[in-house]
Amino acid sequence: MNLSEPLVIRHFTGLSRLNFGVDNGFYPLGSCTMKYNPKVCEEMARLEGFSLLHPLQPLQSVQGALRLMYELEKMLCEICGFARFSLQPAAGAHGELTGMMIVQAYFKKKGESRTKVLVPDLAHGTNPASVSMCGFEAVEVKSDSSGNTDLEDLRAKMDENVAGIMITNPNTLGLFDQNIADVCRIVHEKGGLVYGDGANMNALLGICKPKDLGIDVMHLNLHKTFSTPHGGGGPGSGPVGVVEKLVQFLPLPLVEKNGDKYAFEFGGENSIGKMRSFYGNFGVMVKAFTYLRAIGSDGLKQVAENAVLNANYLLSRLRKHYHLPFDRVCMHEFVLSDKGFPNNVTTNDIAKRLLDYGFHPPMVYFPLIVKGAIMIEPTETESKETLDRFADAMVKIKEEAAENPELVKTSPHSMPVRRLDAVKAARQPDLRWKE
Amino acid sequence: MRFTPCNERDREEMLKALGIKAASELFVDIPKDVLLEKQLSITKALGEMQLRREIESIAALNKSAKQLSMFLGGGCYNHFIPATVPAILGRSEFYTAYTPYQAEISQGMLQAIYEWQTYICLLTGMDLANASMYDGASATAEAMIMAKNSSGRKKVLVAKGLNPEYKAVVGTYAKANGLQLKEIEVDELQNEIGEETACFIVQQPNFFGCIEKLHEIEKKVHERGSLLVVAVAEALSLAFLPKLAEANVDIVAADVQSFGNSMNFGGPSAGVVACRQQFMRQLPGRLVGKTVDASGKEGFVLTLQAREQHIRRERASSNICSNQALCALASTVYLATVGEKGLKDIAKENHENAEYLASKLEKAGFEFPFGKNFFNEFVVKRKDAKELQQKLLSKGIVFGLSLEERFPELKDCVLVAATEMNDREDIDKLAEQLGVLLWS
Amino acid sequence: MQNCRSTGEVTESMANPDDRKYTKQHEWCKVEGNTVTVGVTDYAQKALTDIVFVELPKLGTKVEREKPMCVLESVKNVSDIFAPVSGEVVEVNTELLSTPELVNKEPFGRGWIAKIKLADEKELHALMDSKQYDAFVEEEERK
Repeated sequence: MNLSEPLVIRHFTGLSRLNFGVDNGFYPLGSCTMKYNPKVCEEMARLEGFSLLHPLQPLQSVQGALRLMYELEKMLCEICGFARFSLQPAAGAHGELTGMMIVQAYFKKKGESRTKVLVPDLAHGTNPASVSMCGFEAVEVKSDSSGNTDLEDLRAKMDENVAGIMITNPNTLGLFDQNIADVCRIVHEKGGLVYGDGANMNALLGICKPKDLGIDVMHLNLHKTFSTPHGGGGPGSGPVGVVEKLVQFLPLPLVEKNGDKYAFEFGGENSIGKMRSFYGNFGVMVKAFTYLRAIGSDGLKQVAENAVLNANYLLSRLRKHYHLPFDRVCMHEFVLSDKGFPNNVTTNDIAKRLLDYGFHPPMVYFPLIVKGAIMIEPTETESKETLDRFADAMVKIKEEAAENPELVKTSPHSMPVRRLDAVKAARQPDLRWKE
Repeated sequence: MRFTPCNERDREEMLKALGIKAASELFVDIPKDVLLEKQLSITKALGEMQLRREIESIAALNKSAKQLSMFLGGGCYNHFIPATVPAILGRSEFYTAYTPYQAEISQGMLQAIYEWQTYICLLTGMDLANASMYDGASATAEAMIMAKNSSGRKKVLVAKGLNPEYKAVVGTYAKANGLQLKEIEVDELQNEIGEETACFIVQQPNFFGCIEKLHEIEKKVHERGSLLVVAVAEALSLAFLPKLAEANVDIVAADVQSFGNSMNFGGPSAGVVACRQQFMRQLPGRLVGKTVDASGKEGFVLTLQAREQHIRRERASSNICSNQALCALASTVYLATVGEKGLKDIAKENHENAEYLASKLEKAGFEFPFGKNFFNEFVVKRKDAKELQQKLLSKGIVFGLSLEERFPELKDCVLVAATEMNDREDIDKLAEQLGVLLWS
Repeated sequence: MQNCRSTGEVTESMANPDDRKYTKQHEWCKVEGNTVTVGVTDYAQKALTDIVFVELPKLGTKVEREKPMCVLESVKNVSDIFAPVSGEVVEVNTELLSTPELVNKEPFGRGWIAKIKLADEKELHALMDSKQYDAFVEEEERK
């Protein structure tokens, strides 16, 4: 396998043409915040003064890198209201794990052995998995008929054996949990901590601070909220912020400023330790930092307002045509379902047919409590025209389902491949090329 | 706002459709007492030109590998990156895409990952490799959890020569998982390993650059029914040393920064876990498999997803969600570009440069406390090592990593590395500077 | 069986044989002497969709009634199979390791999962016969 350069470039360029990114078109993948990724951020991350730094270089030769990390942390603290952030976690799920370890360390130091963590039925799958990885038992808390946390169920399950709750707000229905104040109060009264999954922070930028809602520890996704590209599945970055009493447990090192010099602080006996080698996904931090400096405080609030306005507008266009299980003002995203769709056309069929219309499908079959869920997040970087075109396609697909269901059920028709046999792939795994 | 295309007229129409006057009315569910009245105290928006100037001025406060002569390894390596890599990575069909959940529209990334899995299997000799993980350190921690899950045992032994960064991350994961971790010298293995040991974690080449005798280690580990986990921090060594599978390794956890990923001050890069067939269902992270479409045409999908958190939730093999797809893609393009022979040549060049560096340092009176059985980095010792490091830095040379802080018993010891970027000229310059410092 | 969600696809149903007993989690068990053969019902296999992997219980494991005994995986789902009775696993259907689709194709026959040596015969009384199970499924489908 020794290939010439033209062959290599044609091969991978060919592969790129079989792929679809935000730059290709609308990507309303719920809970993933697929917003436009500004080009200047990419260029800044590629500057040799950032990309060609070795993590173990003498500190005096990396003062700019430390300053950037220090200032990024300060901005994230201001946005969320937290005392400190660790920039080390490499992704959202990695941040969750970090957060759960902090919760574990907090109770260990207090000499309490709490064994359970509450996880709403709406939670991302990473939540209960992160809970288990720390040896806690995940206990499900129900949602009520308005899409809020069921307070009665919460009261029944919250006791001195429970370390806390992992909550996503706005939740995965795209709704702001109207019970959030009570949820935090009930958990805090029993000595528990509230973990916030920051996947949906885009809706709250400059509107309110998670700490003011009662959240004690939370991760952000720089690759969602702060516009760093998803890279086809990474690299991301999942910084974790905490209130004052939890700062001692954060992963190390943190960046400190002494006079006009920056240094890494490695001390701290209560720290959970390291989560990743070196300091985290620094290249991603450069992009998020650039983005934040580009939009500034004035832009942040506009991001949230436009994201929420876009979602509500798109919802208004679709509500007559699609089943809406929770009918409320939504935040940055909303959840429809395939209930009542003609001729047994399913959510999966709708998603595949959208490909033919040139759109990336929404998140499907999540959250689990909505059967046949279709989760749509337009983000703030889409125009009304795009939203209208998408709504038109969704409406058209419903007509097609009634008139020509086979067309929808056998879609996509315009992609490089037809529907793939996932059953065969799982029954006879072929995971590498073999001679 | 230049990234939001919504203009005034559209905005008015949308508000009208919703029957409201301002977008702020949409935040009705948020308790009044937490709504922010003031703007956040963050600087105001900057135009692109100003923005560039500011960020470039921050970058200019750093000294990059372009400005410094770098003899530094320890888990991150300054390797050459061919122009094909940034050319493909810059394709926004790849970098602005999400995880390839919708297979029909993601065949490009899926096939690239399948090729990556193949490359990792070819380089390690292992049966399977996942679609990548955060980095080598967390991949090693995940490998440890795999060993725990498949053996049901709760003790883990770690070789002292494991990279301290990896050791720290493995320690964090072990603590949270209730695993008992013990650090040992490799020659203590026979006495320390027991029926409760889930695995022994050893790095190849180890942190001090030495090549471990995996064949001997393997026998001792497997005699007790334990698993051998090998961490690889310098992936290029895979093209220089015998295939890991030949030493009956059970699980490999590697960092592939060396293949086409910039140093980036330590991240992002990509880690990977590769293993023998029997551990397929314990393997964490994403996997791409080949299958056929409805018309019988070949295609690729994410597969064996029932292992993963989004389906198995609290019983998943790991909580990991994303991989490091773009970094894995960089490595795939890198490997395709340099080819099998090219990679071996680069590895050989690394080794030769390191040997040349060692010979120069020996002449300058450095000792080799761990011997000279190395690939591209090694430890040297001299009483005035620290002082020399400082002086060389002022000449624009980063002379290795002082080990004293991390290993107090290794006083006056420095870990130095040479890659293909440290050519003879570079090394001669270092030797010359050393000569001036030592004889003046 | 837990976690299964019906896909809403309509295919013809198999009759539930009257030579065995049923649980509310859609497992069946057939008693022969003091050994009980366990599998999942046709209703269950349909809800689970195409089975791609069966995580069989280990031989000799002591299982408890209504506690998870093994796991069935489909492409997008993982479901616990509960032991209908307490006892010791004395045989497992290794054929399923290479051909998990037998659970879909012949749920009441070659798709059996394990044999359990019965610990307490009285536990059988708590189970439904085929008529009761028919009615139970009808009720479930109405929901």
